Amino acid sequence: MSKKNQKLAEDMLRTSSQKHFNKTELECLIHFYQNLMGHVKMDRNQFRDILHQRFNMTEDLLMDRVFRAFDKDSDSFISLIEWVEGLSIFLRGTQEEKIEYAFTVYDLNGDGYISREEMFQMLKTSLVKQPTEEDPDEGIKDLVEITLKKMDHDHDSRLSKTDFRDSVIIEPLLLEAFGPCLPDEKCACAFENQVLVVKKHRG
Amino acid sequence: MGASLARAVQWTSVAGSGSGKLELSPMNEKLLNDIIQFIESFGGKHPEESKYVFKEALSWNTTLTASAFGSGYDIGASQIKSQDKDPNGVPLLELDEGTLKVRTLDQAANVIKMSKEKCTNEVRLCLEANRDPLVKILGAAYATVDTEDSTLIRMVEKNKSESSEESSLLLRFLLIMQQFDMRLLNSCMQEISKQVRLSPSTVNADVALLQSFAGESPNTPLKNIKFTSPHVFSNECRALPWRQVHGDICYVIIDPHDGEKFCVTASTYGCFVNGGFNEDTLEVLDFEKRGEVYKDLVTLLRSKSNRFAENISKKVITLQFYVRIITCFIFQEFSSHHGTPRETDKDTIITSELSMENEKEDESATEKQLKNQKDKTLKPSLKWKSLEDSRKNEKEESKKKKKKSTTSPPAGRRASYYGRKTPQDEDDFSESSDDSEEEEEVQDRRQDAGSDLPSEYWQIQKLVKYLKGGNQTATIIALCSMRDFNLAQETCQLAIRDVGGLEVLINLLDTDENKCKIGSLKILKEISRNVQIRRAIADLGGLQTMVKILQSQNKDLKCLAAETIANVAKFRRARRTVRQHGGIKKLVALLECPANSCDAGKDVEVARSGALALWSCSKSTKNKHAIRRAGAIPMLAKLLKSQHEEMLIPVVGTLQECASEPSYRLAIRTEGMIEDLVTNLKSSNSELQMHCAAAIFKCAEDKATRDLVRQYGGLDPLVALLPQSDNKELLAAATGAIWKCAISPQNVERFQELKAIEQLVGLLNDQPEDVLVNVVGALGECAQEPANRLIIRKAGGIPSLVHLLTGTNQALLVNVTKAVGACATEPENMSIIDKLDGVRLLWSLLKNQNPEVQASAAWAVCPCIENARDAGEMVRSFVGGLELIVSLLKSTDLEVLASVCSAIANIAKDEENLAVITDHGVVPMLARLAATNNDKLRRHLAEAIARCCTWGNNRVSFGREGAVAPLVGYLRSEDKQVHRSTAQALYQLSRDPDNCITMHENGVVKMLLNMVGSSDNALQEAAAGCIGNIRRLALANEKAKYA
Repeated sequence: MSKKNQKLAEDMLRTSSQKHFNKTELECLIHFYQNLMGHVKMDRNQFRDILHQRFNMTEDLLMDRVFRAFDKDSDSFISLIEWVEGLSIFLRGTQEEKIEYAFTVYDLNGDGYISREEMFQMLKTSLVKQPTEEDPDEGIKDLVEITLKKMDHDHDSRLSKTDFRDSVIIEPLLLEAFGPCLPDEKCACAFENQVLVVKKHRG
Repeated sequence: MGASLARAVQWTSVAGSGSGKLELSPMNEKLLNDIIQFIESFGGKHPEESKYVFKEALSWNTTLTASAFGSGYDIGASQIKSQDKDPNGVPLLELDEGTLKVRTLDQAANVIKMSKEKCTNEVRLCLEANRDPLVKILGAAYATVDTEDSTLIRMVEKNKSESSEESSLLLRFLLIMQQFDMRLLNSCMQEISKQVRLSPSTVNADVALLQSFAGESPNTPLKNIKFTSPHVFSNECRALPWRQVHGDICYVIIDPHDGEKFCVTASTYGCFVNGGFNEDTLEVLDFEKRGEVYKDLVTLLRSKSNRFAENISKKVITLQFYVRIITCFIFQEFSSHHGTPRETDKDTIITSELSMENEKEDESATEKQLKNQKDKTLKPSLKWKSLEDSRKNEKEESKKKKKKSTTSPPAGRRASYYGRKTPQDEDDFSESSDDSEEEEEVQDRRQDAGSDLPSEYWQIQKLVKYLKGGNQTATIIALCSMRDFNLAQETCQLAIRDVGGLEVLINLLDTDENKCKIGSLKILKEISRNVQIRRAIADLGGLQTMVKILQSQNKDLKCLAAETIANVAKFRRARRTVRQHGGIKKLVALLECPANSCDAGKDVEVARSGALALWSCSKSTKNKHAIRRAGAIPMLAKLLKSQHEEMLIPVVGTLQECASEPSYRLAIRTEGMIEDLVTNLKSSNSELQMHCAAAIFKCAEDKATRDLVRQYGGLDPLVALLPQSDNKELLAAATGAIWKCAISPQNVERFQELKAIEQLVGLLNDQPEDVLVNVVGALGECAQEPANRLIIRKAGGIPSLVHLLTGTNQALLVNVTKAVGACATEPENMSIIDKLDGVRLLWSLLKNQNPEVQASAAWAVCPCIENARDAGEMVRSFVGGLELIVSLLKSTDLEVLASVCSAIANIAKDEENLAVITDHGVVPMLARLAATNNDKLRRHLAEAIARCCTWGNNRVSFGREGAVAPLVGYLRSEDKQVHRSTAQALYQLSRDPDNCITMHENGVVKMLLNMVGSSDNALQEAAAGCIGNIRRLALANEKAKYA
């Protein structure tokens, strides 16, 4: 099995588009995936479990979107290749890669733009609702306007990928402007230590 | 209860003697009652804890007898035991021949119940026998320690590790005890605050106040009030010292409208009418108390004089009205900004509330209305006019008060105000020079709630609302959006504070979300440029959190936190907070710049921000020491080799700030930093150049450093900075460095080659004072070299220097006098100085308050007299000049004395002047100084004595004043120059036979014989002359014997 994994890892190192993991790390990831799944592909629920347990993600909408971003061929399963390539950006992506990835996550309908409605959808749960307010959504609408004002550089009332990229380059904090879709440092560190490093020692 | 027992309870004997008794004071009474109540009610409130068995029994000699014990106790012949026993079978209460042992609070409560009315006595005995009951109750580990009480923490730790039933019971018990302790301390506080005593200042204020009301007119409260004695002792008391022992502060004679004059004693414990006074001498005849003691003068007067009581209440009404108007403003301002009034202003607010009640004023009256009201009431009433004069002083006073209250601080600041008075703030007075620029007391400008607020205010308020009520995502959006405002603008900065944004931003720093922390710090970093925001951040405890963040893994976070600390730590309290929370060490740790790191850029950034923060912190002396102790010096030395300008500026800034400490100066030299400082002097960045020059300025106090500066070629770039006349700070630093470097003659040579002196002379005009001080200082040092005096004259520097003698800056005057003095050693220079009346100016500086200026002026006068033509005539022409210089011999400053002696020696060369100063009593004054053991003073004193001997019978006078014997002692000094002038003085004195005898008695001959062999001709001659005189006297004596 280990030999098989080694070969798989070697293949992957040659063929896959990812460039952040080395061979041993790939082996560890493959091992982790197979340990968890056996020979079945990872489905939505299992993936969401990992996001939830390992990376503290809680929002349904975004976890779903992260799944979609990982699941490149949209077959509702995450294959080993998708797993490794996804994680490579997820854990170690460059800023450019992360911008691309975050935009894919936030672009709910996949039309290449983040519209007002999409923002509203994603920010819906971000404010504690004041029962006294007449329109409970007013704050969220306002947040959407604030975000648009800040990020919509070409003033077309929606965010293109260029808008998004430019804003993030100016202010890196805006990378996750519409909700957490990347692991925070602590979780990422913990995951790498558990999955990538410890196994390496054993290997 | 440990702390209150240790501190609040008043013991009769000195603490620590072990067998102290409780004083029978009201405060102790109250404490005891509180303790009894606590123990009695304990069983009811905490049944479980009351059964807790003490580690060791509390035992004391009781007054209880067997008859008091009822059921539940086994009563034997001499022993009584409780039936309740602890798990080991030991009875919880034992009485054995008068010694009572109690093991639970339950039993203690029983004892109190049984002893009935004697219970206070019982508790008193118990406490006297057990000075720290907690030790016995909980075990020795919980002894009350004065400095800090960590018992609770230890307890919790222990509880965590063991978590047994017993330890949790113990913890609860301890908690209850501590709560009770707090309560006790609180009630003590209240008790103490009641006993406010009179002080000289309050009495003075009262009398001054009443004086302003007094007058013959019948509607004044009293005719006259005055002190018996105009003399005030240094402690502000007027009473004679032996009466001060009795607590008397002063005596006041009061002349009321109704009745006789009477005399009142104001003492620390109150005011009372005393036994009367003598009308003519105004002396108090009988100090005994006649009648009651009143808490202050006004209360006394109220009860003594009906008219006073009547009239003063009228005044009070009008006064109160005025005060009310003012306090209403304050109250309004406060309530509009804080919602509720702050406790600091309790007094004013109470007054305002009271008066509001009295006048049935509507609280919501606006400021404008009140103003109108004030105007209205002021104008039509004639009464006001008549009162106005008498109250003018007071108005001003209350105005001041008002000002004070408006600047008084928001929440949290209160504590710090108290904190300022504590002794631990001693470093407040040891700050380095730059502190003066600090804006310690800034007017707290808050916007009026009613006035128009800019739109930013509302937008920021909305964003803060999202910060408060949003999740991480909303928070980040709000933070990013907030950064779009112009945070450098004060409106925005204050808006953030006023809508409560600062609290939220600081709270965010405590979360786990690095992104939120970064966002928050980015804003804090910007707005902390504002002085008021800095204070607010410190008040909200932001510094503590930021210090913690310095240890974070995230480099961005570290940078931002350090940069914000750099901004906030611009005032003392903040710097102290940083130090006290271990911030210095963490900041120094940031300086560590790993050589082969993957992202070196970030590391440089971290080190730079650390240096920035240290730079801010290094303005406090204690921080300087802390920085050194944290091992920063080698790290700074390493960073000093960096290529980045933005890194070098804070590093050099920190170094130059710290160089005020000798330990740093040594380290800067030995760590080889001078070379780098010199290198950076050649930088193109003027700020960096400035800091380097300033560092050299401070370091060049040491000779070795001055030599190093020259060896590394640092003098050339320093001189090259001189033409930078538009950057005054740089110029001041560069000239300062030149000044200090010029103390070494070799450096002066180089300056001469570089034609620095001409340039310096050029800078004598139109420069700010701090530049001038340094320029003149440098010229003064250069002029020690004869050739340079010529250069200064040729460059036309002398008129400018003489002109500067008219200034007022004392540091400048010290340097100018020195420079003028040095120039005056050249006769040609002297004629210019004389022409410009420079000597008169120097002479008038002898009147300066500052002893340094006096001394330096006196030194400068010496060469002037030496080199001026007609010096004697010139000196005489100064009206009162000679008297002035003689009177300076009364100074206590050694340098002044030495310089004045030297000047007198020069003055005395002119016979007429010598006659005048003799008339002014120079002889006894010089003789009085003879006892000194300062060599410099000895030398010049002996010189002056030698010169003064030449007039009249001054020789004899010196002998009579006892100056001869100490002079002989000077010959034992190490200093050769002292020997020379002393020998000369002795030679002069030895012409009087009586002096010869005194000298001989003091063993002068042997010492003089040694000095005849000296290589110094003048000394040889004087010593030989003196011996000759002594010998001649002996011969004459012999001759007389045999004749």
